[in-house]
Amino acid sequence: MMDLETVYQGIQEGRRRALARGLSWVDEGSDRGNALLGRLFPHAGHAHVIGITGAPGVGKSTLVNALTLHLRKTKQTVGILAVDPSSPFTGGAILGDRIRMQDSVDDQGVYMRSLASRGHVGGLSRATFGALTLLDAAGFDVILIETVGAGQAEVDVMRFAQTVLVVLAPGLGDDIQAIKAGILEIGNIFVVNKGDREGADRTVRSLRSMLGLTSTSLDWVPPIIKTSADRNEGIGELVQAIEDHKAYLTNHAIWDQMRERQAENLLEQALEDMVEAVKKESRRQGEWYRAVSSIRQGESAPAFARELISQWLQKNG
Amino acid sequence: MIRVLVAKPGLDGHDRGAKVIARALRDAGMEVIYTGLHQTPEQIVDAALSEDVDVLAISILSGAHPTLVPRIMELLRANDVDDMLVLLGGIIPEDDVPAMKAAGVHQVFGPGTDTQDIVDFIRQHKGTA
Repeated sequence: MMDLETVYQGIQEGRRRALARGLSWVDEGSDRGNALLGRLFPHAGHAHVIGITGAPGVGKSTLVNALTLHLRKTKQTVGILAVDPSSPFTGGAILGDRIRMQDSVDDQGVYMRSLASRGHVGGLSRATFGALTLLDAAGFDVILIETVGAGQAEVDVMRFAQTVLVVLAPGLGDDIQAIKAGILEIGNIFVVNKGDREGADRTVRSLRSMLGLTSTSLDWVPPIIKTSADRNEGIGELVQAIEDHKAYLTNHAIWDQMRERQAENLLEQALEDMVEAVKKESRRQGEWYRAVSSIRQGESAPAFARELISQWLQKNG
Repeated sequence: MIRVLVAKPGLDGHDRGAKVIARALRDAGMEVIYTGLHQTPEQIVDAALSEDVDVLAISILSGAHPTLVPRIMELLRANDVDDMLVLLGGIIPEDDVPAMKAAGVHQVFGPGTDTQDIVDFIRQHKGTA
């Protein structure tokens, strides 16, 4: 049985067992997970966090595998977080992203972890930010976060990643139309994967005209890169675009501002966790249901919310 | 939350059973990591450690269990793993079961096992949820 001190030390020494156990604690949202996260946060902030998002079936996992192999040629170490959806009915999940990442799993410079979304919306899991903080503190140069197959609203990844890749593939019907709002706006780099398939050039063209309409950033023009991840084509160009984006962030002092935002993420996370704890506790104590029936009779919901929080604080403050 | 790795070591190419188990465990509210066919014992143990799973469920139909299973158990021990529940399924002749258990497997589930029995066994040893 590993204790907090062992895990804390072990992660900084780059020991994989310690990292794996620490990630479980953070994933379960336990007190020891939060304690570990708090202590490791000051040691993080060095990694380049790259988010990979896009609709189901566009080849995100295959692209992560190809990117990892390419990054390893330059001796950069790579941490991977792959998020898959949990069943809304049973809470269970099948996490299959390792299947497409077989080429890198034997390499000690690569660590991969599968996460289930556990009811969290936004394309990631509640624990994703904590998990990437642990990987960062463990010293990985690059961290790749693969979101669940995302549509229009799964834009959480932009809060955590410095560089966001939005992945598309040809032949998914009216794909660009379907995602024009939301994730089209968060991409720093666009990848048209399965570029060897018919219609890839048409997808690139319509993407280019769509981006011309929605571009929000004045200085960085998101490049569109065509890849065939399973044939390892276009990956060098993609890695170059990622490097260019990192240089852009550093030169415009955006990189340092992002560190500030990560501290903010930690605070937001703590607040969300507290609200969850208040709900859980008041349901358990029955106060929740008393409040619900009073609100049905016309009493003020915000007043009860304040009441539930203050009761919780008295007990746990 | 109980996390399970469903592993298919060696050369046999039949993972219908493994997928049925994976679905049953998911439907019982567990998080199941499936890594695909043709895994070496080293890859399986590395995945089990990286994913920090509570349960390792191995499926073998090829008859290679007398070599593969002891190798997996040896690698787990070499990494000081003593709290992982290890289950074995597939085609395991009755006569081989004692040897598998002696190697460190906690339970062997043969063809025709009710998936609910596997779920119950895991919950009994690793808690509910």
